Amino acid sequence: MERLFLFFYENRAFFTFLLLEVICGWLIVSSNHYQSAQFFNSSNSLVAAINGFSHSVGEYFSLRKTNEALARENADLRTALERQNQLLSSVRAQGSADTTIINRFEFVSAKVVNNSVDRVINFITIDKGSTSGIREGMAVIGNAGAVGKVKATSDHYSVVISMLNVDVMTSAMLKRTGHFGTVQWDGKDPLFVNLNYIPRHVRPVVGDTVVTSGYNAVFPEGIMIGTIDHIALNDADPFYELKVRLSQDFQRLSYVTVVKSYLKSEQDSLETPFLEVER
Amino acid sequence: MSRLGIRHILSFFLYLALQVIIMKHVVLFHTAFCFIYVAYLLLLPVETNPLVLMGLGFILGFTIDIFYDSLGMHAMASVLIMYLRNHWLKLITPQGGYDTNAVPVLSMNGVQWFLIYLVPLVFLHHTVLFFIEAGGFQLFWFTLWKALASTLLTTLIIVIFQFMFGEKRRV
Repeated sequence: MERLFLFFYENRAFFTFLLLEVICGWLIVSSNHYQSAQFFNSSNSLVAAINGFSHSVGEYFSLRKTNEALARENADLRTALERQNQLLSSVRAQGSADTTIINRFEFVSAKVVNNSVDRVINFITIDKGSTSGIREGMAVIGNAGAVGKVKATSDHYSVVISMLNVDVMTSAMLKRTGHFGTVQWDGKDPLFVNLNYIPRHVRPVVGDTVVTSGYNAVFPEGIMIGTIDHIALNDADPFYELKVRLSQDFQRLSYVTVVKSYLKSEQDSLETPFLEVER
Repeated sequence: MSRLGIRHILSFFLYLALQVIIMKHVVLFHTAFCFIYVAYLLLLPVETNPLVLMGLGFILGFTIDIFYDSLGMHAMASVLIMYLRNHWLKLITPQGGYDTNAVPVLSMNGVQWFLIYLVPLVFLHHTVLFFIEAGGFQLFWFTLWKALASTLLTTLIIVIFQFMFGEKRRV
């Protein structure tokens, strides 16, 4: 017994090394599932405040561009609103629609305090948290397209998993043909993502718009993702290899919108029993 | 056995702040990252107890991880190079051995020795870090290229800092 203790004591450096690495490995594995909530992340207020300060310094240099983008978005939204009003006045004769359906989405604007695009697993921290009604799993969209999904929240901050994350798969749709596929990032270029599982018989062309499908419970239907930039089809493959140029420039993300969906839990609870039966 | 003083505690926070406030945004061509905080770990006195080294490596790596949302990755890479550091120092002992209270800085043995000491450890740290982050070897060459470019950038910045602020050799 004494010898055993002596052995451990003499090699204490090595055993401490092993112990610490096992702890690290456990931390990596247990926080790897991107859905899992975790305590040690950048939604912690002190960490988020420091990140925010550091991010705000660089922000001054891009204020002009941000302003332009916001003004453009405002104009687009006004156009869309006006179009909608015109449409409504023309169909009013059909009777009133269900107000719960009309008001099913609510939008919360938030400022990006921390962002990265260069890693394989990228996260964004925003300055709204659970006190603003933000919960895990909500969709986050930017002024030009889909951005990601809320991973964890604290009182005043939230961490968002960016679409630029090799673990994230988003259900998407070719707007022109209506075929469904899955958007996934390959971890290299922050301007492009891949669109997988578009079958052979479809004829996609360069420039086709890719939007979110209503099948995933996270994003509302029809949120812009990007346009097709490159098409390849190997003889043996059942699916196309499509490169999609993202419409949202993730490197210049300064304000985002969090989508609260009031009917999401209803849809989920209705679908869950059937999904379980299928398994 | 050299003691760690208040200076080391202060510079811990200095390196931490430098990393998470400034260097976090230094990414060249989407490939070259700068993890200046390893300089703090590698520039601790030669005779520091390996247990203290690994403890500091773990704490600093863990704190960096919280800011990077990469729990455990920086800690793992840092503990690894902290474990190997003293063995490496022993292997490359300069002629005549180390003085008591020696610190492995540039002014101790010149640029050549400093680079021989620094580059392999920094490269190991970055390689481990990027491969863990990539979650395997699917993007092997891309990840290796990232590690190489980042090693170059980190080393360059550490050496520049040594020339600017490094302590002159004490007699």
